[in-house]
Amino acid sequence: MSQARQSPARSLAAHAVLILWTLIALFPVFVTVVNSFKSKRAIFTQPLALPGPDSFDLVGYQTVAKQGDFVAYFQNSLVVTCFSLFFVLLFGAMAAFALSEYRFRGNTLMGLYLALGIMIPIRLGTVAILQMMVATGLVNTLTALVLVYTAQGLPLAVFILSEFMRNVSDDLKNAGRIDGLSEYRIFFRLVLPLVRPAMATVAVFTMIPIWNDLWFPLILAPSESTKTITLGSQVFLGQFVSNWNAVLAALSLAILPVLVLYLIFSRQLIRGITAGAVK
Amino acid sequence: MGQLTLSGMTKNFGSVEVIKGVDLEVADGEFCVFVGPSGCGKSTLLRMIAGLEDVSGGSVTLDGRDITALPPARREIAMVFQSYALYPHLTVRDNMGLALKQAGQPKGDIRAATDRAAAMLSLDALLDRRPAELSGGQRQRVAIGRAIVRRPKLFLFDEPLSNLDAALRVQTRIEIAKLHRDLGATMVYVTHDQVEAMTLADKIVVLRAGKVEQTGAPMQLYNDPANTFVAGFIGSPQMNFLNSGALGLSSHSAGIRPEQVQLTDGPGQMGGTVSHVERLGGETLVYVHTADHGLLTARLFGEHDRAVGSDLGITFDPARLFHFDKAGQRLR
Repeated sequence: MSQARQSPARSLAAHAVLILWTLIALFPVFVTVVNSFKSKRAIFTQPLALPGPDSFDLVGYQTVAKQGDFVAYFQNSLVVTCFSLFFVLLFGAMAAFALSEYRFRGNTLMGLYLALGIMIPIRLGTVAILQMMVATGLVNTLTALVLVYTAQGLPLAVFILSEFMRNVSDDLKNAGRIDGLSEYRIFFRLVLPLVRPAMATVAVFTMIPIWNDLWFPLILAPSESTKTITLGSQVFLGQFVSNWNAVLAALSLAILPVLVLYLIFSRQLIRGITAGAVK
Repeated sequence: MGQLTLSGMTKNFGSVEVIKGVDLEVADGEFCVFVGPSGCGKSTLLRMIAGLEDVSGGSVTLDGRDITALPPARREIAMVFQSYALYPHLTVRDNMGLALKQAGQPKGDIRAATDRAAAMLSLDALLDRRPAELSGGQRQRVAIGRAIVRRPKLFLFDEPLSNLDAALRVQTRIEIAKLHRDLGATMVYVTHDQVEAMTLADKIVVLRAGKVEQTGAPMQLYNDPANTFVAGFIGSPQMNFLNSGALGLSSHSAGIRPEQVQLTDGPGQMGGTVSHVERLGGETLVYVHTADHGLLTARLFGEHDRAVGSDLGITFDPARLFHFDKAGQRLR
């Protein structure tokens, strides 16, 4: 957009809307983090106040550190998220490449079939999934979660990536073929770097629901050794008494790894080496 | 070495036949240009020669060896693409050397080959840059360099100049012609631009709707077109087509090149009104509206003043007319 066409009033209004939206979006995070540093009394009397000298209390973090094996929960969450993400990106990109690059019978049908998962929530199949996991002896293993999350993430990944891969220059792939690159090298060395921004988008969209999920860990892997952080935080929520300090501290800690992963991927989003590859 | 033979080549996309039986001989060292309007199948035909597109029927033979079923990398060909198609993550040197590296050649040989190609195209100073740091013309030179490095039997060019601006296009065209002389290699070149075809080719293949309309040397096609399509496609500005009936001739239509049309102030062979004038300095194009034949183009050398709307006479040498029948075929 040209400078001349942007009136100050318009850009002010746009910024006001964006700032308002940012505030709304960040408010719950803000309340959670702020209150995790306060004593229980202060949380309930003044939930919006910043922690002061008399209300500052690390009791939540102390409880979290003492009770339960939070390092292990963290590790479980990270393992599940990273492996699922890896498989979703790998298989999603491969399927997308096949769908966009090769002409074969049933190509469109296959694409539709793979995209169907976007419209049908995987939780509808929970009972069948549980039966399968019991039958294969995968209950209470992280493998069960990785498998389910990979299945859950694939449809969107295939859908988004195949659209992007269609836009990768045919000439570039053909140049690779003439130079004797294998289809795998073409995929990994030529195509993947060019769709990196799309991969980052898919990664972010895949990662967050997996990290935050409570449902499948609760059903498929509730044992102490396989608990994820979201499930682990639930020990502080009782039917009669909830240890809010600990819950808020645990949730605040759970934000950190996602934030780090997000920062990594958003840098990829911005970086683009596509410029100059093809006109 | 590099004698290419296409026999009975066909290509179907589903039920649509895009290449309808093409037979062609390209001699060793020949520069062959496929030319035709967009959608005529010339690029598809080139990709079939390269092995990037499956062949539905017929065969491709290079130096007596049937390469129809071979993968592209084993056909001993190199291709230059319209969009350059350089590998964005590799330097110019690595871009040019990749094919040899894939073929498992020793590093020293690859270096020597890239250096030689770079010298031919004056790319020496750019060898360590990445494609993103090059201009359009430089990128296309790298793409040509990448083809030279492989010492292929056959060079394929897919509209390599279409993305360049006019000045650079002429310059690169001359460079390609020089390259052909220096290497003496067989080249097949696809373009929709008949000027490129005329200036570069030893042999032009005019394609329409997946069929070869005529094959021949540029001047042969210009002076002896087989039908109205070739007559109209080769030569710029386009040939004028006259209504034979109005001239009292037995053919269906008659063609005359714009440079064979003279304008007089007298009545001439027919009368007309100037509808538009294009002054190009070296030549002047006068578009004349006639009652019987519609708009005719006259190509006059040098500068001429003709006022739009003025009446004038048109003369031409009847021996210079090309006669065509109703189906558009030439009557000789």
